[in-house]
Amino acid sequence: MKTKRRGKVVRYNKWGYIFLIPFTAAFVIFQLIPLITTIYNSFFENYMSGLNQIGPTFVGLDNYKSLFSSGDIWTYAKNTMIMWIMCFIPQIVLSLLLGSWFSDVQLRLRGSRFFKAVIYLPNLIMASAFAMLFFTLFSDNGPINSLLMQIGFIDEPYKFLSHTWSARGLIAFMNCLMWFGNTTILLMAGMMGIDTSLFEAAQVDGANSRQVFWRITMPLLRPILVYVMITSLIGGLQLFDVPQILTNGTGAPMRSTMTLIMYLNKHLYSKNYGMAGALSVVLFIISAVLSLIVFRMVGSESRGEAKKWKKAKTTTK
Amino acid sequence: MEESKNNNKVKKSMSIHARRAVAYIVLILVTFFCLFWFYVLFINATRSNGELQKGFSWVPSTHLIENFKNLSAGTLPIWSGLKNSVIVSGLSAILSVYFSAMTAYAIHAYDFKLKKFAYPFILMIMMIPTQVTALGFVKLIKNISLDDSLIPLICTTIAAPVTFFYMKQYMDSSLPMSLVEAARMDGCGELKTFNRIVMPIMKPALAVQGIFTFVSSWNNYFVPALVLQSDDKKTLPILLAQLRSADWLKFDMGQVYMMIAFSIFPVIVVYLFLSRYIVQGVALGSVKE
Repeated sequence: MKTKRRGKVVRYNKWGYIFLIPFTAAFVIFQLIPLITTIYNSFFENYMSGLNQIGPTFVGLDNYKSLFSSGDIWTYAKNTMIMWIMCFIPQIVLSLLLGSWFSDVQLRLRGSRFFKAVIYLPNLIMASAFAMLFFTLFSDNGPINSLLMQIGFIDEPYKFLSHTWSARGLIAFMNCLMWFGNTTILLMAGMMGIDTSLFEAAQVDGANSRQVFWRITMPLLRPILVYVMITSLIGGLQLFDVPQILTNGTGAPMRSTMTLIMYLNKHLYSKNYGMAGALSVVLFIISAVLSLIVFRMVGSESRGEAKKWKKAKTTTK
Repeated sequence: MEESKNNNKVKKSMSIHARRAVAYIVLILVTFFCLFWFYVLFINATRSNGELQKGFSWVPSTHLIENFKNLSAGTLPIWSGLKNSVIVSGLSAILSVYFSAMTAYAIHAYDFKLKKFAYPFILMIMMIPTQVTALGFVKLIKNISLDDSLIPLICTTIAAPVTFFYMKQYMDSSLPMSLVEAARMDGCGELKTFNRIVMPIMKPALAVQGIFTFVSSWNNYFVPALVLQSDDKKTLPILLAQLRSADWLKFDMGQVYMMIAFSIFPVIVVYLFLSRYIVQGVALGSVKE
């Protein structure tokens, strides 16, 4: 009897492998092999010089050397980080505020379902369409300039896309708009998961809402905040669609909005596979390290809070 | 004594009222900033090029249909773009949810040696951005002569760690193994059990993830732009990028706004009907243990 049951279990369990085949096959073909060829390519000199194909010749780490010595990568990394910070700080403040209001039982906000639906909407909008829309709206003779002139705020059109900080600000603003709804919902879910008896006890002790927020909500929310921040950082590294479309790939003005992925895209289009490979590997290592931090966090607290937040969206920008 | 207590109460309720008022003001401002752009988009899509040059307007005009006719008769292949976008997003959504559920089921229902390794591995690769493997991806599909084809864009979604994770969470909470065992008792095969018993239970999760996959594939720009070259294969985001890089000043701006509206319209319609489930889905994925 016992052996029979065991045999059956084993027979069933081979289906575990069978059901994993599609995922594994797709992963190996479309992600693992490309990753390996990307790494492989990063060690070769391989580009077009005019109409002449140069290489591929093995050059060891030369691509990495020229990548880091040219200085461009530092400029673009700086741009990416600046725009991420400009997007993340207002986003997290707003999300914490809205999240705490939505999850506050005492406040009893009406229409919170409507508001949640509205703030999540921009997240689903095609980033390239959104960028194209902002490009037309904020162009020199566009509707925003004409509106600002109508209400007498400015006298002549402000060239939003020709000034470093207004262009960066616009990109950060758009990303913030696209992602704060998602962050709000995550944080709200986290706040609602906090044991309500803690809030009640605080109230009995006469704590006001500000004290409750800073002394109870925030400390208990920390794992989720860290999770949101790191996933947002990984998403921020991938910043591409919005600045690419908004500036038509030029990173105007004067490459001040050029991001790392735009740089990668440029190399891919000009078929400079060696440099594209080296840049990809660098980006891969950075995001792998960041992912590992998230993974550790989720793993170590698998029975605790953090696991709940793991799903979410992987690319909170 | 009594009085001060009363006073306290009044103070407290006052502060609640004040906080509520602040909350509503901020929420209304936020709502304005979320919707204003789409309102302007809608208004401008109804205006002619001449009217648009005159500046901003709060009220719609009458050229909506004219703009649409001009756009669809114009040089941008919007109908094939729409068709390609629908094909890629629709098939991606179906394949992604089906095979992610299957993968999650493999981990959820069976005990096998590599399970301990497989689960954390999938979680680990969850966050690796697709952009970093784009170079190898483009080279690979060129080698197997699938470049300029929709197939590689669709088939990639079979391995979707995020969707997998959601499915796994859902199974942990809503799929009792006793049901699977009962099906086995009745002599139901494993694949049949998965298709006939597990999948129907998973319907809510399949719907939520189906929508998410559809939308993210609909909006995807980076990889499709590297893969698709011929005009009749391009998806809507690529056409938008093309519109941007064209000498746009020569364009009829009414058509430009119409094109933007055209590419986001399907998603907005879906959202109008399903926003409740979508928002719930985002929260659910995070709350459910």
